[in-house]
Amino acid sequence: MYTQGLDQKGEAVSGASETPEQLAAFQARIDAEEKIEAKDWMPEAYRRTLIRQISQHAHSEIIGMQPEGNWLTRAPSLKRKAILLAKVQDEAGHGLYLYGAAETLGVSRDQMVADLLAGRAKYSSIFNYPTLTWADIGAIGWLVDGAAIMNQIPLCRCSYGPYARAMIRICKEESFHQRQGFEIMLTLCRGSEEQQAMAQDALNRFWWPSLMMFGPNDANSKHSAQSMKWKIKRFSNDELRQKFIDVTVPQAEFLGLEVPDDRLYFNEESGHYEHSDIDWQEFFDVIAGNGPCNKQRMAKRRRAHDDGAWVREAARAYAAKRAARDVA
Amino acid sequence: MTPDDALTRYATRLGDNALVLGQRMIELVAASPELEEELANANFSLDYFGQSRMFYTFAGEREGEGRDEDDFAFLRPEHEYRNLLLVEQPNGHFGDSTVRAVLFESFYVLLLDALTRCSDEGLAGIAARAIKEVRYHLKHSSQWLVRLGDGTEESHERVQESLDSLWSYTGEMFVADELDDIVRDAFEGPDLEAIARQWRHAVTAIVNASTLTLPDDGWMASGGKQGRHTEQFGYLLADLQNMQRAYPGVAW
Amino acid sequence: MTKQEWPLYEVFIRSKSGLSHRHAGSVHAADDEMALTNARDTYTRRNEGVSIWVVRSDRIIASDPAEASAFFEPAEDKIYRHPTFYDIPDDVENL
Repeated sequence: MYTQGLDQKGEAVSGASETPEQLAAFQARIDAEEKIEAKDWMPEAYRRTLIRQISQHAHSEIIGMQPEGNWLTRAPSLKRKAILLAKVQDEAGHGLYLYGAAETLGVSRDQMVADLLAGRAKYSSIFNYPTLTWADIGAIGWLVDGAAIMNQIPLCRCSYGPYARAMIRICKEESFHQRQGFEIMLTLCRGSEEQQAMAQDALNRFWWPSLMMFGPNDANSKHSAQSMKWKIKRFSNDELRQKFIDVTVPQAEFLGLEVPDDRLYFNEESGHYEHSDIDWQEFFDVIAGNGPCNKQRMAKRRRAHDDGAWVREAARAYAAKRAARDVA
Repeated sequence: MTPDDALTRYATRLGDNALVLGQRMIELVAASPELEEELANANFSLDYFGQSRMFYTFAGEREGEGRDEDDFAFLRPEHEYRNLLLVEQPNGHFGDSTVRAVLFESFYVLLLDALTRCSDEGLAGIAARAIKEVRYHLKHSSQWLVRLGDGTEESHERVQESLDSLWSYTGEMFVADELDDIVRDAFEGPDLEAIARQWRHAVTAIVNASTLTLPDDGWMASGGKQGRHTEQFGYLLADLQNMQRAYPGVAW
Repeated sequence: MTKQEWPLYEVFIRSKSGLSHRHAGSVHAADDEMALTNARDTYTRRNEGVSIWVVRSDRIIASDPAEASAFFEPAEDKIYRHPTFYDIPDDVENL
């Protein structure tokens, strides 16, 4: 999802000092649905997996502010503007909560941000697609947040306590995000012909990238099995993707929109929708940095970071002066 | 101009200040110097849009011609926006937007405070809601001015420059025009001369605490309250109004 | 990595009068005032609080999970501290 689990070339994790007894005791706690807390003993690989996943999730929230932020100055009514700003602000907040959860594992936010800016860390592929019309704001809320919720609700039960707690807060706050997106789509679909065409065009462009958000097919997903054993992850990529399709297609029908897949049909026997193959080449291209907006998203993030350097430094200098004065 | 007419226009002007500053701040989204500041900036921008909606709705209801908040916000020509030139100034760097906030908000809290005591209950009520928000904004922006002024040599220099260059937009706040006079006399509204003295006192204190130098008064720009804007304002409006102009008369 | 980042603060929120402050999360801030405003702007966007505490994360003294058994288990067998330990006939009232 926001944590597609893709950037890992099977990094060597030194768990050399970990005894089989420690590992078994740890797994027993997980199996008993106990939460693992920050200072508890944990295998190095568990810690690394979590840092990677939570920081990717955080980066996705932060980069994810940009495609929607792109329409903040142009939102078509004051009400829509306020809603969109509140949503984009939530994304900043969620990035903050998630960085905070990752920090409990002993990595600094500075380090995570440096990894992102240097291109060492990944973020969700979906945010490398452009928002070309106002309808894209509706489509993102409806589809992208809809897909995110599918993934995030099980994460509220993740075995790592600080991550699970951050996700509970996030899910609670995000409950309006998908609804506002659907409401935008509904308004457009009940509006003028031009508005309806705008909505259809947005669905056409965001449908497939939304399905890709769930990550590669289970057969090609590197970390799934171990993550499921550790109860970091509770459902497989394909399970979640299918669930998303099953609930979303009827919503598209309600809107009077056509899902851009001519082989899509409902399989009465299985009770699920069948769909065409996903263009995984496009997915891997975007992940590798070759999506429509990768470069500009990173450039904007770097610029904000660089432009803020003197401000962050000034605040540190002032705090140091104050501390010195307080001592004197 | 009748007093009622003046009050409606006066409220519209307050709405314009809030709208335009909110719009400037929304341009800063995803460009803040630190993540926590991102949340603060969005909070303040949301507050300003909320205030503009209250002022416009108030004006629209009094006017009685069926205009709603969006008609005011999106469908007027440039010269009908009567915001202060100060709030439309481009964001520049963080020091510029901080100084803009301190200069405006230290004026705006005084104005709102006076308005809570005006004889029109509706306007007084909006002012009472808005002042709580703006008091907090001012606390935040003043704290930042102190950090930047008393931070590093670089930040001190930068923010002194911001103060010097934005100072010429402060004079306009205190030059009373017909609307200010009518609202003061007919509705027990703000007295700009008194506010000017209080403002100078407050700003001097913040500037001193920031180890900055208060600029000399000198020449002051004006025109915002009469609808004569700076060049950048056209771009702000083009962005703001784009959808409503391109697709007139539909719901969003 | 650099030691450039602003210190981390833990944030505790009282959601309404009468309740204890509860841990909400953390924020970075350069100084104490900023920690408080950052906590306000981050954790009370939906009217979640009436009071905020912030404390530098590195000032918190925490018990060691490795000593959890010595710390907490001795309390487990003191069941006589709990009211359910005592057998009182049902027809005795106000007890």
